[in-house]
Amino acid sequence: MNETTTGDPTAPKVRTHNRAATFWSDRLFRAAAVACASVVVLLVLFFAYELWRSSELSIRTFGWRFWISRDWDPVRERFGALPFIWGTLVTSVAALIIAVPLSLGTAIFIAEVAPRWLRQPVSFVVELLAAIPSVVYGLWGVFVMVPWLREHVQVPLSQRFGHIPLFAGPAFGVSMMAAILVLSVMIIPYITAVSREVILAVPQAQREASYGLGATKWETIRRVVLRYARVGILGAIILGYGRAVGETMAVTMVIGNRPEITTSLLQPGYTLASVIANEFTEATSPLYLSSLTELGLLLFIITLVINALARLLVWQVSRGEVQR
Amino acid sequence: MFPNSRLLLAVIAVSVVIIAGCAPKKSPNTTGATGAKVQITGAGSTFVYPLMSRWSAEYEKNSGVQVNYQSIGSGGGIQQFKEGTIDFGATDVAVSLEEEKTFTRPFVQIPVVAGTVAVVYNLPGITTNLKLTPSVLADIFLGKIKKWNDVRIAQLNPDVKLPDMDIVVVHRSDGSGTTYIFTDYLSTVSSEWEQKIGRGKSVSWPTGVGGKGNEGVTGQVKQLPGAIGYVELSYARHNNLPFAAIQNASGNFVLPSEETGMEATAAAVERLKQDIRSSAVNMPGENSYPITGFVYVLLDTQPKDKTKAAEIKKFFEWVLKEGQKMASELDYVPLASEVVEMSLQKLAEVQ
Repeated sequence: MNETTTGDPTAPKVRTHNRAATFWSDRLFRAAAVACASVVVLLVLFFAYELWRSSELSIRTFGWRFWISRDWDPVRERFGALPFIWGTLVTSVAALIIAVPLSLGTAIFIAEVAPRWLRQPVSFVVELLAAIPSVVYGLWGVFVMVPWLREHVQVPLSQRFGHIPLFAGPAFGVSMMAAILVLSVMIIPYITAVSREVILAVPQAQREASYGLGATKWETIRRVVLRYARVGILGAIILGYGRAVGETMAVTMVIGNRPEITTSLLQPGYTLASVIANEFTEATSPLYLSSLTELGLLLFIITLVINALARLLVWQVSRGEVQR
Repeated sequence: MFPNSRLLLAVIAVSVVIIAGCAPKKSPNTTGATGAKVQITGAGSTFVYPLMSRWSAEYEKNSGVQVNYQSIGSGGGIQQFKEGTIDFGATDVAVSLEEEKTFTRPFVQIPVVAGTVAVVYNLPGITTNLKLTPSVLADIFLGKIKKWNDVRIAQLNPDVKLPDMDIVVVHRSDGSGTTYIFTDYLSTVSSEWEQKIGRGKSVSWPTGVGGKGNEGVTGQVKQLPGAIGYVELSYARHNNLPFAAIQNASGNFVLPSEETGMEATAAAVERLKQDIRSSAVNMPGENSYPITGFVYVLLDTQPKDKTKAAEIKKFFEWVLKEGQKMASELDYVPLASEVVEMSLQKLAEVQ
């Protein structure tokens, strides 16, 4: 910088030298960025290949029946994934249903409603939730939430609404319900933090224009801010969902680990990630190991499909925006 | 063309790094070469881990030899031993004949210590040891006996006022040697269990909920009135959970302890001499506790590194002699002298 601003006759020469340096540093930067991006892509491809290769035995043995079978019997080596797929989808979707309104409400509060001095403390507390290790969530779940849930929620529910399939059966404490609640608490900080940033990024001019047209605060938030930020918010929800699908430790500790398809929230269930974590270390026979790996492959595929659907949704939503 | 070839180069470079990372790694060979400190590495059973840590700490004080043990699970221990990445494996379940055929080198399995599995329960106001027969225990875990005041339980425990409460079975959700010993026992005493469920580190449980680890089962039994589960004895003791006296093969109701477990190991020795894979559950003997199992270590019988092998042998000799005293301090079951003798003979097979 000093050399270029001196303004002496050698200046142009120096400038060309700098241009050459810029040229090479740009090249280097480009190469580094490409390398980083390829690592990620190659890793994903490598994972997919490795998962497929290790689950080949199970795929050959069970074929499509693996997807729809309810058996999980390591002793007789009969394996099926349906109860785990069910458990994974039910817990993660239900967790989203609870977490999305809460997170959006919090994000709107922080970004639009709260007085300036309160924003930082509230954000800090929410982000603190994200920093808690999942095993701590699990322990809290087992020792605090589950006993409380059983006594004050599940027992009354099963007594009064036991005839409804959703609340049928005895109250164990550990259950789909417990897993759903722990998962919702775990994904709230992610959805909140990202949504808050997206809402804060909505240009002030948009809000002012809305107020200028005589809209109230609520109308502005609903019609202008949320509308403007919806693609980003969708992204936040997908991030939260991804976390819910893959969460292992905390879920394992509170879900009851029972490979059964149940419609009752009070009954124990099982998820793909949990069964892998539980049984992988002690699985010795090739078919058993291979079946567990195929569960991993299924988890991989489910995540991929959900991501693709979400992309499609984002694409649809944002395209609609441009057209309008 | 230049930017494209750059891109290609980057992709190739990255692929090379990844592929290089996938190449099978050789284990660090920490041999007892002249002057270097001897390090013995082992891996496997999580059950034996606390005791193994104690053994290795004590042994290092005496001999200067370091024993590194990773508790990765029995299955992992067998696998790593098979691949030759560790000096010894430790497992709660003996390597089966079928599995043994897949090994490429000769090895020996040696019982080094034993453990008992306690049947724990949570009945409000009841802290006494309930009496259970094998068939009642099997039917509880099969889900056929559903209430605590079932007449079959009540008959065995006339002095206890049993509540009208649902029985909730709590089992391990992770694969474990404890589950193997317990289901091995149930399969031995109940033909229905053997046919429907069988024995294994993970089984398809007919009823109940799963907790992760001994601590998970203990935690759930503690919190859930009416729960029954099985855990290693030390967990039952340290959590003050009442446990059941189980009727053994000689007809006596026996509580789990170091002594009753030891008697079971003594009763099993003749069977073990014939086949090391024989189970030690449901052994006869006045005071032998029926749900008892061994921990085995796997050792090469023809190791390449003779100096190191000598050190490994010395360590396990010490484990079988001095080490047994530490076992009962940590709620494990020391081996009966007959079993120690047999194990030492097995150890002598290592050349």
